[in-house]
Amino acid sequence: MTDLSNSVSIRDLSLSFGAVTVLQNLDLDIKDGEFLVLLGSSGCGKSTLLNCIAGLLEPTDGQIFIKDKNVTWEEPKDRGIGMVFQSYALYPQMTVEKNLSFGLRVAGMPKEEIAKRIARASNILQIEPLLQRKPAALSGGQRQRVAIGRALVRDVDVFLFDEPLSNLDAKLRSELRVEIKRLHQSLKNTMIYVTHDQIEALTLADRIAIMKSGVIQQLDDPITIYNRPKNKFVAGFIGSPSMNFLTGELADEGGRTVFRTNGTSFSLAGYEATETLPPGRKVVLGVRPEHIKVDGDLAGEEAHDAIVDIEEPMGADNLIWLKLAGHTISVRIGGARRYAVGAKVRLGFDMTMASLFDAETEDRI
Amino acid sequence: MANVSILNATGAAIDAVRTEVAAGPRGKRPKKVLSGRNIMVYGTLGLAALYYLLPLYVMVVTSLKGMPEVRLGNIFSPPMEITFEPWVKAWAQACTGLNCDGLSRGFWNSVRILVPSVIVSIAVASVSGYALANWRFKGSELFFSVLIIGAFIPYQVMIYPLVIILREIGIYGSLTGLVIVHTIFGMPILTLLFRNYFAGLPEELFKAARIDGAGFWQIYGRIMLPMSLPIFVVAIIIQVTGIWNDFLFGVVFTRPDTYPMTVQLNNIVNSVQGVKEYNVNMAATLLTGAVPLIVYFVSGRLFVRGIAAGAVKG
Ligand SMILES: Nc1ncnc2c1ncn2[C@@H]1O[C@H](COP(=O)(O)OP(=O)(O)O)[C@@H](O)[C@H]1O
Ligand SMILES: [Mg+2]
Repeated sequence: MTDLSNSVSIRDLSLSFGAVTVLQNLDLDIKDGEFLVLLGSSGCGKSTLLNCIAGLLEPTDGQIFIKDKNVTWEEPKDRGIGMVFQSYALYPQMTVEKNLSFGLRVAGMPKEEIAKRIARASNILQIEPLLQRKPAALSGGQRQRVAIGRALVRDVDVFLFDEPLSNLDAKLRSELRVEIKRLHQSLKNTMIYVTHDQIEALTLADRIAIMKSGVIQQLDDPITIYNRPKNKFVAGFIGSPSMNFLTGELADEGGRTVFRTNGTSFSLAGYEATETLPPGRKVVLGVRPEHIKVDGDLAGEEAHDAIVDIEEPMGADNLIWLKLAGHTISVRIGGARRYAVGAKVRLGFDMTMASLFDAETEDRI
Repeated sequence: MANVSILNATGAAIDAVRTEVAAGPRGKRPKKVLSGRNIMVYGTLGLAALYYLLPLYVMVVTSLKGMPEVRLGNIFSPPMEITFEPWVKAWAQACTGLNCDGLSRGFWNSVRILVPSVIVSIAVASVSGYALANWRFKGSELFFSVLIIGAFIPYQVMIYPLVIILREIGIYGSLTGLVIVHTIFGMPILTLLFRNYFAGLPEELFKAARIDGAGFWQIYGRIMLPMSLPIFVVAIIIQVTGIWNDFLFGVVFTRPDTYPMTVQLNNIVNSVQGVKEYNVNMAATLLTGAVPLIVYFVSGRLFVRGIAAGAVKG
């Protein structure tokens, strides 16, 4: 039925809350030891999917396999999963140690084994000095570490994270992000990680599943997602500052296919199309700010005139907004290069890194 | 020396600058003690307090007077000669119907009614509130609606059917019957109270406990209960005062020898034989009211905290 190397498989999963359908006919295979990130904006059904995998929500239809076992009707504790929540969900009246051991005590595990597992988990997560404290006496980062430890002691096959870093401040978030990545590298468990933060997704994931309204838009490794987005939604969702979109149409100019918008033509030489590019087709050209070359970077390719509209220095980078053929586009250049507002620049698109979408279906062509 | 004087001079200069800065409004705005607003607020509060405290005062003084002094009719004057005779009489000798052993019998009856009623009603209601909040079972919405409706039905309507039911089961007139009645009538409001409290606890705690493998009772006992002290205090106060002060169910569902304190108090105060012993009546009333009063004093702060924790919001 399922591929042997799959750790978690979701088949035809649907879930509705009364009349509201959150997930519909969703299929997803997660490989053994893979770090999969479910990325999507708030309310798109990521937590719902994760809760279904955990067994906290009953799907309306469909099946869930974990380690090739159909667990659709199993209790959460019998699925071999551990879960980490955004709000930590530590039991407030118990010490850290009791929090870690609660599941083991409920399962009736012998004391020595419990002690061994707590020692191991608290060593990995560096929370040994905190064991006798109550959650209220911990900082956010420490709490989340304990929450991860609670999944760790249970020695599970699959870790589920539901926005574990969203309650932390920016600095702690990046620290713990690295720690989670390190944890995955040393444990090699399957991890399913829900987030709405694209940086977390790009930095952590082996593969990213981008969701929109309960439907997975694209499931690929971060580089492919970033450079070859399957549709305009994915293209716009990933990347900050966001991709530039120019609406126009395809045209034939002296035997070569060009993209034309507001009377300006851009050569599509270098673009790897997945479909034929017939002249007259209405399309959207997407180019990321860092895939646009200005002035000195140009190496003899096709270039156009643009006017600097606004400049946003960001330290390492400098983002300049340019007026080009009736569009405003952003270009990322080195932080040391400055432009005056109103200055004229020459720019050219790196078509090998660009994306073309059908204007109607918004799918990549 | 010169240095010092220079230092002093600079110090003075700095001070001068400081005073310059300090001119004009700064820091907390001074509040007038005798502002119109304060007079209004404290005046109203004082009047309200007086309104409630005066009768209490009259009761306490009267209960400490002998009958000759009571007959003088000066209800506000403090006792010339303090006597605890009326208290003793109210507790141990006052006659109600056939018995002349005072309120003590009613007190112990009330305790025997109160303790199991409070425990059973709170146990049942907290578990059903927990089930309603966290375990959505088939028909839970319906069950909840019925409970809410139950909270609004005047309970006089249900007394007669209940009497018949209890009689058929054969526990009419016994304390068991009354305990059951108190549990039933406490259910709607208490379940609502507990459901709302448990629903207000983070749902993820419940989920985490389920992933940890805890079942219905383990989550209730080991996760939910330890987090629910405030709401239990609120429920205990509501039930203790409600059940202790109950008169109607006490009259209807018990026999004279198992009458609760309130019913006995009524019988003492309203007895038609002999002279009216106001001092004994006052002492008896104070004795009867002592339990809820003590509960309030002991748990008042916890009660307020429970309310503040959003325990009783709709
Ligand atoms: N218990 C529920 N009843 C009804 N609708 C719900 C329930 N839980 C979630 N939803 C809806 O399902 C959608 C997806 O929710 P969720 O999975 O929590 O999104 P997110 O991707 O932000 O985690 C949301 O529109 C939400 O309103
Ligand atoms: Mg969510």
